[in-house]
Amino acid sequence: MNIIVCVKQVPDTAEVRIDPVKKTLIRDGVPSIINPDDKNALEAALKIKDADKDVKITVVCMGPPPAEVALREALAMGADEAYLVSGREYGGSDTWATSNIISEAIKYIGNYDIVFCGRQAIDGDTAQVGPQIAERLDLPQITYVQDIKMDGDKITVQRALEDGYQVISVKTPCLLTCIKELNEPRYASIPGIYTAYQKEVKVLSQNELNIPADRIGLTSSPTNVHDTFTAETKGAGVVLTGSEKEVSVALVENLKAKHVI
Amino acid sequence: MGVKIINEKCVGCGMCVKACPVGAISMVDKKAVIDYDKCTSCGACVAKCKFKAIESDAVAAEAPKKDLSAYKGVWVFAEQREGVVMPTTFELLGEGRKLADSLGEELSAIILGDKVEGLAADLFAYGADNVIVAEDALLGTYTTDAYTTVLDQVINDMKPAIVLIGATNIGRDLGPRIAARLNTGLTADCTKLEIDPERRIILQTRPAFGGNLMATIITPNHRPQMSTVRPGVMQKMARDDSRTGKIVKANFTIKADDIRTVVEETVKAMKQTVNLVEAEVIVAGGRGVGKAEGFKLLEEVANELGGVVGSSRACVDAGWISADHQVGQTGKTVRPKLYIACGISGAIQHLAGMTNSGCIVAINKSADAPIMKVADYAIVGDLYKVLPALLDELKK
Repeated sequence: MNIIVCVKQVPDTAEVRIDPVKKTLIRDGVPSIINPDDKNALEAALKIKDADKDVKITVVCMGPPPAEVALREALAMGADEAYLVSGREYGGSDTWATSNIISEAIKYIGNYDIVFCGRQAIDGDTAQVGPQIAERLDLPQITYVQDIKMDGDKITVQRALEDGYQVISVKTPCLLTCIKELNEPRYASIPGIYTAYQKEVKVLSQNELNIPADRIGLTSSPTNVHDTFTAETKGAGVVLTGSEKEVSVALVENLKAKHVI
Repeated sequence: MGVKIINEKCVGCGMCVKACPVGAISMVDKKAVIDYDKCTSCGACVAKCKFKAIESDAVAAEAPKKDLSAYKGVWVFAEQREGVVMPTTFELLGEGRKLADSLGEELSAIILGDKVEGLAADLFAYGADNVIVAEDALLGTYTTDAYTTVLDQVINDMKPAIVLIGATNIGRDLGPRIAARLNTGLTADCTKLEIDPERRIILQTRPAFGGNLMATIITPNHRPQMSTVRPGVMQKMARDDSRTGKIVKANFTIKADDIRTVVEETVKAMKQTVNLVEAEVIVAGGRGVGKAEGFKLLEEVANELGGVVGSSRACVDAGWISADHQVGQTGKTVRPKLYIACGISGAIQHLAGMTNSGCIVAINKSADAPIMKVADYAIVGDLYKVLPALLDELKK
């Protein structure tokens, strides 16, 4: 069985701060990580490989050359092969264009039974690229996967809903997007880290993929960024001071006066 | 290089520096300079420059020019589960009504299911002019394949200008798939929508970078313009049962072979889940609560106010409280009348989920905590001393 896992390298948004004067994101010193949901996707593939040594796992990452680090980490965790999809022509792609590019890369690699993705990336939070790759590859998709049972070419999963879950079955080939409830990603082993640097990270660029210009990049993307701004904060509120009793009295009085309670 | 500065046109106003989400632009001798190690070619600066001094040299597309004028009206995907319309649908109708009115066009709800025409009355009552009904036994339970197949046909047939979908677990499964099939743009998880009156397009605002930044997205040259909208953010109209409208039967074909997944069963979670989104009062705890038992005190205050208990992510990660209480970027977005934040520092991810609350009270040991900046009433103190005193006062 051949499994492809799509991963994205993202800035750790928990470490991102806003410059209070310039109102821009401060990204200097913010670590780049494998997107958390994508690690759950990789772990899901590794679990299948744990049970069946004939499984081959290929990781695919679209991004600038430094994203190779994410692929090395995936190799160290136990993936067999890694492809970096990279090219200036791909810059500024929205989810439509990104899924065009990644699906072409997957077709180039070929021969897949399952494509795993994380549900969403923490820098964009769109949760769109997984389903859109499925559409481009004409695969059935199941999103928000929180449990997986394998039975030959039949896969039965739990798909999370807001108030419970559905049990859904599907035949391979298919695409699954994973959430953190699915598993606990393993750490890279020391031998894994060693072999990760022996392996080659293959680069797929426009030379290999040759995707029509009207399907990639900033100007072909249906959505454009019109404006960006930092979230507004409200004007200064009232600071209540005094003993615990005094502030409680003042608060209740104020809330009642404004008909909040 | 994706983006470049045209020095002759650059006046050094610095708007692009502010617009850049990745901090890749700086001013050198009153001209903008791009650090290409940081630039992701996202195009945010191109849109912001008033002097056309930034160009993207990404390969220009010879996009087949669609006749955009054929696309008219605002659609809301009316999500139903087991024959009940999801509450988010009514919120979308409230917002869709405003958008349709500012365009001077009609608002339609499209509902897919098995014997769902009876639900049209609910959709009219909350603002729809038309209800488009697609009924088939194969549409009873949601499947990606069936719903995409049918929506694709109906959208191509009737050509709406705007389609809004609730960003529920199902909406976020369906939205990207149908947008890809239609080859149009989709903006995820929007928190604000408005019409640009001149260009007659929709401006879609959403949080990015974990809520650190807000981005307004447009879909200028593709139709329909599609958004998924975060539940709990938009306001529904007051129900008006005197409202009626036109029921339209959708034209489509669907067969069992189109559906490649089998929904074996739907399981409701056994545990009682807290309804944060509809609560009028939320008493929320953060890291400062310090222990699972601490939430009992918050619960007492919440009960006294007829509210529910919320929490920051830190408490959920620490195992003090279950995830269904979590407010914020990865939890629920809430807008209660009163939000009391106890021992919550106010990480941007948490603020993203609660700053639209009517009145915010913050109780925190640190006067400098970010939560204090968004609070209407800030109390610097130990929540374990303030809350008992507040409880006494509320009981009077």
